[in-house]
Amino acid sequence: MSEIKTTNVEVRLPSRMGFEKVAMSTAASVAKLMGFREDRVEDLKTAVAEACINAIEHGNRLNEKLSVGVVLSAGEDSLEVKVIDDGKGMKRQPAKPDIDRKMHGEEDPRGMGMFLIQALVDEAEWVAGADGKSSYVRLVIRLDKEQG
Amino acid sequence: MQSETKSHVDQLTSPAGHAVTVLRFEGDIASTSKEAVLGTYQALSKATNKIILLDFTKVDYINSSGIALVIQLLIEASNSGQKVYAYGLSAHFIKVFTMVGITKYAGLFPDQAAALAAL
Repeated sequence: MSEIKTTNVEVRLPSRMGFEKVAMSTAASVAKLMGFREDRVEDLKTAVAEACINAIEHGNRLNEKLSVGVVLSAGEDSLEVKVIDDGKGMKRQPAKPDIDRKMHGEEDPRGMGMFLIQALVDEAEWVAGADGKSSYVRLVIRLDKEQG
Repeated sequence: MQSETKSHVDQLTSPAGHAVTVLRFEGDIASTSKEAVLGTYQALSKATNKIILLDFTKVDYINSSGIALVIQLLIEASNSGQKVYAYGLSAHFIKVFTMVGITKYAGLFPDQAAALAAL
């Protein structure tokens, strides 16, 4: 069995809105080094930004004493991103936003982050930490064979 | 950390002779952009500004909170009988706006000339 080489890059963000852009830029740099197409890099940037915003706002509740961990693991044909916070994790799976319900005031105009994450990457899972802390979202984006 | 959102308003006339109010944004569209997006829109007279064109040409970061502000603008415009259109979005954000359904309520154009020609 051949060994798959993985390269890790880690970033630690303060729980302050706006710092998701640091993770976004780092993820984009790694994805470009791996040879991802520009449109997939853009998908990844939005997914990583939304995951970090959720971690900052909902996981760590904007508590600047807590940080958000972002671990990028570059494999041969995929990039995995874990965004880790000190919250209890998401209990529900993301629902598809209903623009008609939003337009008629029957649904909050916000609440699209998790949907976007799931729609823009190849895999997305939300994992609650065993001790009610250290929850994470795990994203995977795959390098298509024709672009490698 | 988030770049400040700037906005300004231009009044144009389409080739067909319709008055078009252009809201031009610059910087990030995020949770901190409420005043720039909704405030600028709400300062306009709803009686006289019937066609609203959103210019995203100088915007390179829009997150879900920013998209929610655009949806709030669309809700107010719809309730006031205004039509909203947009242009200048990157291919990625055209895809995102389509995914969340915004394109059902705001027509998208590649640039200002194409938008004005259609209005």
